[in-house]
Amino acid sequence: MRQKMRALMLVAPLLIFVVVTFIVPILSMLFRSVENDIVPNTIPGTVIALSQWDGSSGEPPHENVYRNLYIDLFKAEEAKQHTRLGSRLNYEQSGLSSLFRTTGRSLDDIGELWQDPLEDIDPNFEEGSFWFEMMSGSGGEDFLETRRELMALMSDEDMNGDVGFVPSEEIIQLLPWTARAYTDFALWAAIRDGDTVAEEDPWESVYGALGMDLTNPDTVSAINSYNGAGASALQAAAANIDQLPQFGFREAFTEEDKDWGSADIWATIKLYSPSMTPGYFLNSVDMTLTPDGIVMKPENQQIYTTLFMRTLIMALIITASCIVLGYPVAWLLANLPMRTASILMILVLLPFWTSLLVRTSAWKVLLQQQGVINEILVWLGFVNDADRLVLMNNATGTVIAMTHILLPFMILPLYSVMKTIPPSYQRAAKSLGATNWTAFWRVYFPQSVPGIGAGSILVFILAIGYYITPEIVGGTDGVFISNRIAYHISSSLNWGLAAALGSILLVVVLGLYWCYDKIVGIDNVKLGG
Amino acid sequence: MQLIKTLTASTALLVVAAGSAYADDHMASDMTLVSWGGAYQNSQIKAYAEPYMEMNPGVSITWDESSNEAVAKLRAMNEANNVTWDLVDVVAADAMRLCDEGLAMEIDPNEVLAEAPDGTSAEDDFGDLLVSDCFIPQIVYSTTFGYREDMVPAGTPAPTDICALFDTETYPGMRSLEKRPINNMEWALLCDGVAKDEVYSVLETPEGQQRALDKLATIKDSVIWWSAGADTPQLLADGEVFMGSTYNGRLFSAIEEQDQPIAMLWDAQVFDLDGWIIPSGLPEERLNRVLDFVKFATDTQRLADQAAYISYGPARFSSAPLVGKHAELGIDMAPHMPTDPANAKNTFLYNYEFWADYRDDIDAKFQAWLAQ
Repeated sequence: MRQKMRALMLVAPLLIFVVVTFIVPILSMLFRSVENDIVPNTIPGTVIALSQWDGSSGEPPHENVYRNLYIDLFKAEEAKQHTRLGSRLNYEQSGLSSLFRTTGRSLDDIGELWQDPLEDIDPNFEEGSFWFEMMSGSGGEDFLETRRELMALMSDEDMNGDVGFVPSEEIIQLLPWTARAYTDFALWAAIRDGDTVAEEDPWESVYGALGMDLTNPDTVSAINSYNGAGASALQAAAANIDQLPQFGFREAFTEEDKDWGSADIWATIKLYSPSMTPGYFLNSVDMTLTPDGIVMKPENQQIYTTLFMRTLIMALIITASCIVLGYPVAWLLANLPMRTASILMILVLLPFWTSLLVRTSAWKVLLQQQGVINEILVWLGFVNDADRLVLMNNATGTVIAMTHILLPFMILPLYSVMKTIPPSYQRAAKSLGATNWTAFWRVYFPQSVPGIGAGSILVFILAIGYYITPEIVGGTDGVFISNRIAYHISSSLNWGLAAALGSILLVVVLGLYWCYDKIVGIDNVKLGG
Repeated sequence: MQLIKTLTASTALLVVAAGSAYADDHMASDMTLVSWGGAYQNSQIKAYAEPYMEMNPGVSITWDESSNEAVAKLRAMNEANNVTWDLVDVVAADAMRLCDEGLAMEIDPNEVLAEAPDGTSAEDDFGDLLVSDCFIPQIVYSTTFGYREDMVPAGTPAPTDICALFDTETYPGMRSLEKRPINNMEWALLCDGVAKDEVYSVLETPEGQQRALDKLATIKDSVIWWSAGADTPQLLADGEVFMGSTYNGRLFSAIEEQDQPIAMLWDAQVFDLDGWIIPSGLPEERLNRVLDFVKFATDTQRLADQAAYISYGPARFSSAPLVGKHAELGIDMAPHMPTDPANAKNTFLYNYEFWADYRDDIDAKFQAWLAQ
């Protein structure tokens, strides 16, 4: 036991290094393939309200959903999170990105529809200090903490600190919407902006929220018997409801953009409102999540299964051509006299010292239609000038260039295994009457198989993850799944989909490795003597 | 691959800097700018960075050539809470995404940017080019076509119309197009008889998208798809393709600097913008320095100066009359600008809103179509 602990201590630095810099980042990246926190975190109230909605009716959701959306979106807009949500949902339905962006700009205007008449009814509503006095009190500590937590989840920031404001329990009961909007405002003003809440004019959403409360007849009658701070202003507002907009938030949102009235948009939001989603994985196998269940994507959008299959097949072709080309070279290396062999070895290693991009670009010069190979063939008369060979911008180009680039990974393990096969075995076979071929095939070759195994695993796994070479010489039918992963990481920023594609690739490779172990046996793989 | 080039005035001056930086209202004395490398970055060094360092001895500027993957890198930096960049050069579409993601700082153009010499406010001077709340435009470039003059069949007039792209009978030979739907879909619809102002309303519908792909399918076998801006000039120079799309500045240098037998086809060129964004959440000292630099680097004279090194149009109205001659070739730059009236008879402005919404959807279809 002690011994084991000691050994563990010795490897600990390396182990910790590998875990911290390799395994943890990979796991956290893979986790993104199911993570969908952004929707429930950014619009929590809306998500809860939306769960009551039955999308199959084709009707847009109830007013209550739009009210929650307004309160949620307003604070998300303050934290600049609404456009992130829009980008996220746009992966699932085109148009949501600009819907959230433009709606974000008009949230103030929507609030002002209520703010202006309210301020006309009682000028007290213009004063930040009046609002503060009306809203604060005691008993609302738990309420404040709940809102604080939601705010922290939404903005991805630490919202701890003294707000200098506690909502009054009475007001929370009396004006539930207003209490939410005002508490959100107070948290943001005090903690993010570092202001004193009492001195700040409330957000437009607070006026909108008061408008929501005043549509409830029970609230109106409760206001009339209320006698706390701000009672007279509230009673004036309650008495003049007819001066406030006579429509709800559904109309207000639909007025800004008619898409908010579409059931499709809401169906998408509802579908992607849980904090975990299988959506990315379904996407990576050309399926999609719909309200009616999981369906295949339309044929003109299916691409990933094709690419996965192509990647596997081409990696196999590349591995096979590496074996065919590499085996004789490794044999030569192992059997030539020391001095000649080391010169040959330098030729094998030379490409290793050249940048990948340079090697690939060199292949471009050689393979293109006006390139060196075609010019020579035309000059020799093997090929007509009019129909030169198409050697690149297709699968051929990828196979040629990648075979060359990966060849050393096949030759080196083969060489080190062949080096250990005693020449006397073949001589013995021959002296017992075997022909050259039999001696090679029955005696030498079986002993070199572990080298082929090691080389093949190396080449295959490297090939499966390549993307620079296919991008440059692969054209359209020579690109791999990794090219799409790279695209989603760096261009479309759909990291969830990239993570799902990456996870699938990882599982496929592990699966193939397992198959290899079952069929050939991993003990049969040797990297050297 | 990251080539980082540090331009420091001199060590001696750095010592002076400690004093002057303090006097400069607590500004950091070094900045990391991110750009595209190559001729474009060089034009920025010559037109803004060197003059700025001359005015502010002791300020050092580090260049990072990562604009290509700026969006992904900035996002990763932001998640790691360690943004090392101070100012990033990106195309407008990326600026919009960075703004949406909250990774770029929103700016008030009138406050942050310099007025025109005649007192026009920055907002009016940049006009419609302020396409995002975070974006500080520098140049207008265009994606347009170049063709091999010597490969035009004898007796045929040189192409003047974008639809020559689809006319492989009159103009045989390969074409090179960018391996993404943006621009290609618009050109396809235009040449399929869709009016210019209806292109995007057609492209919004699945039928319209299919229509554009069908049009592209007519030349699919003669297209080499590129993904780096340098590909088309190389393919044209090697005679691999008859015509190809790329950024106009790349064609300018192939034609004027390398004397290749290539000519421009400006018809239906697509204008796009490139400019700065400031990463959000910079510490105050670094932010002050960047704001000071940006105000200088995007003023009327500096943007006009840049045009002496590269054939991209300055993004300010007031800079246009100041565009002069090429710094080394000594030729007039105005006729090589995409914005020159003779070149801009029929143009498109990249539709940012549309592509922000439909990019993922159409790209999926486009890539599936390519893979067929």
